[in-house]
Amino acid sequence: MPASDEVVDVVDLRIPCKAEWVALARLSVAAVASRLNFSIDEIEDIKLAVAEACTNAIQHAHGSPYIEIKCEAAGGGLRLSVRDYGRGTHPEHIRSRELNDERAGGLGVFLIRSLMDEVDYDVHPERGTLLVMVKRLV
Amino acid sequence: MERTTLDIKVNVREAQGDCYIVELSGEIDVYTSPKVKDAIGDLIDRGVYNLVIDLEKVRYIDSTGLGVLIGGLKRVREHGGSVNLVCTNPQIRKIFDITGLVKIFGIFESEDAAMKALA
Repeated sequence: MPASDEVVDVVDLRIPCKAEWVALARLSVAAVASRLNFSIDEIEDIKLAVAEACTNAIQHAHGSPYIEIKCEAAGGGLRLSVRDYGRGTHPEHIRSRELNDERAGGLGVFLIRSLMDEVDYDVHPERGTLLVMVKRLV
Repeated sequence: MERTTLDIKVNVREAQGDCYIVELSGEIDVYTSPKVKDAIGDLIDRGVYNLVIDLEKVRYIDSTGLGVLIGGLKRVREHGGSVNLVCTNPQIRKIFDITGLVKIFGIFESEDAAMKALA
């Protein structure tokens, strides 16, 4: 997703790496998802996943001035890339949680993995973190 | 004209016995959750250990909001208290389901039911 010969519409968004801008990111991405005819429930899933990715950047990407969100919309679904330019988050710090775990930490990553069809990280101590996630249209 | 706000409103009121109701309205995310945390923390600091948190008017909650609720529950449990939630919104409820938090919170369809379960 998408196929190599498929036309992809791209929407780029850059927000300050600050908590007050996360709502703008999730609402903007929801608008893109709506254009692709995702269901209301799926749009809510996508909103939450992108917000969790931004929240991770705000809480862990120390020194990143902004967050870049790239939406690639195609017939097969939506690919979202969320990149920060902080010092990078060690994978152990963004690991998912276990069910029945009453700790608050790790919930965001757990939610992203639960709500999206594909999730991949590229964490680099110098270049920051790139999180790519895909929601397929079914 | 009605204005929509990307904010959270917190309404705290005393209920029966030593129970308080925390009614939340709006969106709970990384920006607004500190306000919720402060409201719950203030009650616990005052010795209120039985809480009903009403999420009926909450349109959105993320992991930071869940973290605030978990933190509040842990604190009141240290004093023998509890936190029950009111939530009928399927999308919000789904988040509690997939994170497994339905197993640690009592989740009810009305404030009355949530309060009775605390008694």
